[in-house]
Amino acid sequence: MRTTPVQTSPRRSLRRAAVSLAAVTLTASTLTGCGVFGSPDVVVYNAQHEQLLDELVPLFEEETGLDVELRNGKDLEMANQIVEEGKDSPADVFLTENSPAMSIVDNAGLFAELPESATATIPDQYVPADRTWTGFLARSTVAMYNTDSMTETDMPASIMDFAKPEWKGRVSFSPTGADFQAIVSAVLELEGEQATADWLAGLKENGVIVQNNLVVMQSVDSGEVDAGIAYSYYWYRDRAENGSDSDSSQLYFFGDQDPGAFVSVSGAGILASSEHQDAAEQFVTWLTGTEAQQAMGESYALEYPLNPDASLSPDVKPFDELEPPQVDVASLNGPQVTDLMTEAGLL
Amino acid sequence: MVIGPVDLWHLLARPRIGELLRNTLTLAAACMTATAVLGVALAVLVERTDLPGRRAWHGLLVAPLAVPAFVNGYAWVSLDRSVHGFGGAFLVVTLSYYPLVYLPVVAMLRRLDPALEESAWSLGHSRVRTLATVVLPQLRPALLGGALLVGLHLLAEFGALSLLRFPTFTTAIYDQYGSTFNGAAATAMAGVLVLLCLVLLVAELRLRGDRRYARIGRGAARTSVPLSLGAWRWPLLATLAGVVVLAVGVPAYSLVRWLVVGTSTEFPLADLTEALVATVVLALAGALAATVAAVPVVWLAVRHRGRLSTLVERSTYVANALPGIVVGLALVVASLRLVPPVYQTAGLLVAAYVILFLPRAVVTVRAGLEQAPAVLDDVAHSLGTGPLATARRVTLPLIAPSLGAGAALVFLAISTELTATLMLSPIGTRTLATEFWSASSELRYGAAAPYALLLVLVSIPATVLLMRQERLSLQEATP
Repeated sequence: MRTTPVQTSPRRSLRRAAVSLAAVTLTASTLTGCGVFGSPDVVVYNAQHEQLLDELVPLFEEETGLDVELRNGKDLEMANQIVEEGKDSPADVFLTENSPAMSIVDNAGLFAELPESATATIPDQYVPADRTWTGFLARSTVAMYNTDSMTETDMPASIMDFAKPEWKGRVSFSPTGADFQAIVSAVLELEGEQATADWLAGLKENGVIVQNNLVVMQSVDSGEVDAGIAYSYYWYRDRAENGSDSDSSQLYFFGDQDPGAFVSVSGAGILASSEHQDAAEQFVTWLTGTEAQQAMGESYALEYPLNPDASLSPDVKPFDELEPPQVDVASLNGPQVTDLMTEAGLL
Repeated sequence: MVIGPVDLWHLLARPRIGELLRNTLTLAAACMTATAVLGVALAVLVERTDLPGRRAWHGLLVAPLAVPAFVNGYAWVSLDRSVHGFGGAFLVVTLSYYPLVYLPVVAMLRRLDPALEESAWSLGHSRVRTLATVVLPQLRPALLGGALLVGLHLLAEFGALSLLRFPTFTTAIYDQYGSTFNGAAATAMAGVLVLLCLVLLVAELRLRGDRRYARIGRGAARTSVPLSLGAWRWPLLATLAGVVVLAVGVPAYSLVRWLVVGTSTEFPLADLTEALVATVVLALAGALAATVAAVPVVWLAVRHRGRLSTLVERSTYVANALPGIVVGLALVVASLRLVPPVYQTAGLLVAAYVILFLPRAVVTVRAGLEQAPAVLDDVAHSLGTGPLATARRVTLPLIAPSLGAGAALVFLAISTELTATLMLSPIGTRTLATEFWSASSELRYGAAAPYALLLVLVSIPATVLLMRQERLSLQEATP
């Protein structure tokens, strides 16, 4: 038994509690302040593939001595988060996989105009007229088909045909990702609202809905479905690495300005609220420069660099043979797309 | 976002909601039934029969608690892609969640007074009949409490169901938020989810009824004479082994396989350590905060029973069934509007964890306080001990084990939390769960494996703590 007088115990335990609380608070603030988490020169909200930026960022850091911190997420999630954060956003730079997410932030008036240097190397059609952001990579819409059950001649002339009854149960796609939503926004831009709504209703009826484009590829390769809608680079990457999923599938390019030949642009923009404008400008300028673009071309990514001086593996169908439809990158309407998709029961 | 009643009706009356409702309800009903049957059967087998190696079986049967449901989903789906849809979701969720029923039922079985059974035998009832008519009815609170936890977990489950391609309200809300953030459709879906959670809570209250099963005093720690299995021993052993192989063997095999096959190219030690440290620090801080916050709620509910205190206690459960993304979004908006400086700090993230996982601490701490007789406090007071000293020297030691168990449950939940962490964590923070998710959703199964392994390892101490907690009785969570 302890012999401490009972009356002093509460005070003592209170004091002890206060001391430990202070210690915890101190540790926590050290951790968040400057200790463990550091204070970076550029905060990038990154919705591009994490793996790609993990490869690129060290090159930039080495060259400039600047410290880049990534916050990873998905296109629309991060775009909406930035809009919610408004001028309090911790983000300096925003990178996406597809342009509709850029438009969401741009429409909220949160981007700063890019310096001449950041867009100089990128062809004009991939930069919005007001130069609030720039494209830096591109990806081509494709269909993949299973080579055991299909030949190229069985494939439809247009991506719109996948909504026809003969495709029931035979086509897979991933409606919840920004990738597919970018394709829908192109369809909306090219074909109009009613045609898009009908197309989505048909796809909902026909489609096998999967988690992402990689699963689209798997489902085609395993023969679960005859065809899938995705972007080309997934298939090229897999073929380049091991061919484990792509060995029973082939790519089908719609071409001929079909909505299914839509080229989606990955965007980079600088937040007007950023307190690190200089560093952010350096980062985006570097990203569109020849060195970084070539590094992307040589990386595992196999997306198309937009800087004409950078080249991609010769195994990939050349950019200038894609015959994409003409779409203004700044005009793609993300919110209307999600409304239409919600209406169709896909979201 | 404000929407009118017409728009709301329009959003709720569409086919997609019906589809999600059907999916969510059928999966919840099937999994709650399966985990209840499995949990009780396994508990009786291990606790009340002469099955060989009972201690070892107990350990193996609790082990799935250390394997997060989404790691389990990954393990199955990466071995065999046909494990998806309703069948796959049912299998994986049942195997991951049955310990939530098994553990409280075991705890209850250990506490039952064997005298009741002995009376039944002396009146000529057979062993099996006694089990069915005397023992099983007494397990009802443990069973219902466990099944309620399974239901609530299931309503909030995102990772496993997303990997297994079975859309429920939670995965659909996630998809909606991913596209529109605080869009009206997502808000409407979250509303339906809260209603489902309330239905579960009310149903459990009703089924439980007013009967009390407590006995006066703890009595001697005497166990019942085990039931002899005879020739049934071997088929039952084989069944038990089957369950263990499916629940523990498959994830273990899958993890080891991916570690060997996949990680030859990638074993980033620095990244792994960083994620490990961040996970442990956040989970410890959250577990501590949630346990501390649970104490006043429980004290109110147990020592000052009444409609209001029940309401306060029950209201904490609602957040448990909300997907992390809903709570995360609410905190994004609230913190940016009210206290911008705390946005994306560790403090706000810990607050989110407390909101999400407080009920788990409440459930366990309540069980402890129920068993700490209030009369002891009165005795201490009458001897001149002040309120704080009474708390420290009388009440806290009595409920300390349940505080530990509550903290362990919260720790397990936080270490696997995904969506709120992604949204609210300080910049640059990567946890085991977020890194695992990023790799596995890109189908880089090999790269995901080391993170999954660390998640399991981090969960082991908490699981052992829970397993040893013989008096852990989740069933007393609810009045």
